[in-house]
Amino acid sequence: MKKEELLVAALENGTVIDHIPSELVFKIVDLLDLQHEKRSVTIGYNLESEKIGRKGIIKVADRFFSDEEISRLSVTAPNVVLNIIRNYEVVEKKTVVIPDELHGIVRCPNPKCISNNEPMASFFHVIDKGERLLKCHYCEKELNV
Amino acid sequence: MHSLVTIADLSKEKLLSLLASAARFEAEPNRKTLDGRVVATLFFEPSTRTRLSFETAANRLGARVIGFSDAATSSSSKGESLKDTIMMVSNYADLIVMRHHLEGAARYASEVSPVPIINAGDGANQHPSQTMLDLYSILKTQGTLEGLDICLVGDLKYGRTVHSLIMAMRHFHPLFHFVAPTELAMPAEYKLYCHEHGIDYTEHTALDEELITGTDILYMTRVQRERFTDLMEYERVKNVYVLRADMLRHTRPNLRILHPLPRVGEIAYDVDNCPQAYYFQQAKNGLFVRQALICDCLEIEG
Repeated sequence: MKKEELLVAALENGTVIDHIPSELVFKIVDLLDLQHEKRSVTIGYNLESEKIGRKGIIKVADRFFSDEEISRLSVTAPNVVLNIIRNYEVVEKKTVVIPDELHGIVRCPNPKCISNNEPMASFFHVIDKGERLLKCHYCEKELNV
Repeated sequence: MHSLVTIADLSKEKLLSLLASAARFEAEPNRKTLDGRVVATLFFEPSTRTRLSFETAANRLGARVIGFSDAATSSSSKGESLKDTIMMVSNYADLIVMRHHLEGAARYASEVSPVPIINAGDGANQHPSQTMLDLYSILKTQGTLEGLDICLVGDLKYGRTVHSLIMAMRHFHPLFHFVAPTELAMPAEYKLYCHEHGIDYTEHTALDEELITGTDILYMTRVQRERFTDLMEYERVKNVYVLRADMLRHTRPNLRILHPLPRVGEIAYDVDNCPQAYYFQQAKNGLFVRQALICDCLEIEG
């Protein structure tokens, strides 16, 4: 193995979130609440990528994300890939699937929507996954993400 | 028991049964079916005509009414959340009629409230009792809801009554004519809705006699100043369409003119004496429809 491939330590068990656009690395840290993670987390960004130019990568040891957690990334970073590592081997690659409903992830762009004026979570129905079209559960305004 | 938030939640059968119930209330409006009950009318935004209509409906059903007519006199002026106000009032009332300036407020209230909520208007979003009284007025004057020519005039961009009317009429094969200035034309999402539901429509920028001659319902709307962020735009479009009595010489005999009221300048006063004018009776129909809606939400025979 060449030296430049060893810049980031390999995981024995855990998840590698790959193909993150560099500028979104900390947004994803936030969405997955990794600031409060107790296990070891390795964050890299501005790494060279043939696919997207400069990419970010997040490795979390001994952590496996639920489908609900992964779906939180569907609006911000729909193209990231999660590599599930067991015993140093990639045993599964998970892609982000946009769910039917989004709770507390997207802010309603309508300033007159109740969800922007009460202490409550936003709630969107995904009405077209391909077009990435959402509809606010409350004010019924549609939103393209 | 259930809430009424939007007309889109109601099936064709439900709409027809509510209209039949409203007709029974018109025949016999004073029935003490709500004797001993309490109805709250929470008007976070003032709307005298809607509030009086709901309160009259509750009173004629024998219920007592509590509430407020302006958010300035409620605890929301002290910064109380909508949820807290709803939870507090639901301790006292069997049903809450609510008007709010924020969109989606009624949906949210219906999800936190242990008692039914009737949406009496949530900002520019929904106002289902208005739509029900429009439907009732159309049915009563035309004898049917099926296959009618309906001309919608004025502010079709911000006018929620016309948007809700389109949704409610989707079951009854109407032909709509949209008449609006370019700035206030029917939004693309509602035209898409028409396509998806097989509703035919035509679009016009002029309200001419020929159009009026070929229609069964002429639904006029006010250009609402409060929906504009740009007052220059408001001044430019506010008096684009004015209906006068001399435009009604060759109409179909069954033509009726509807308007959600209040009007400002869009219907000249000489129209009031024409047999086609129906907007005041239309407002009266709101009473019977609201009696039907209150009973339905409380699951009381209406």
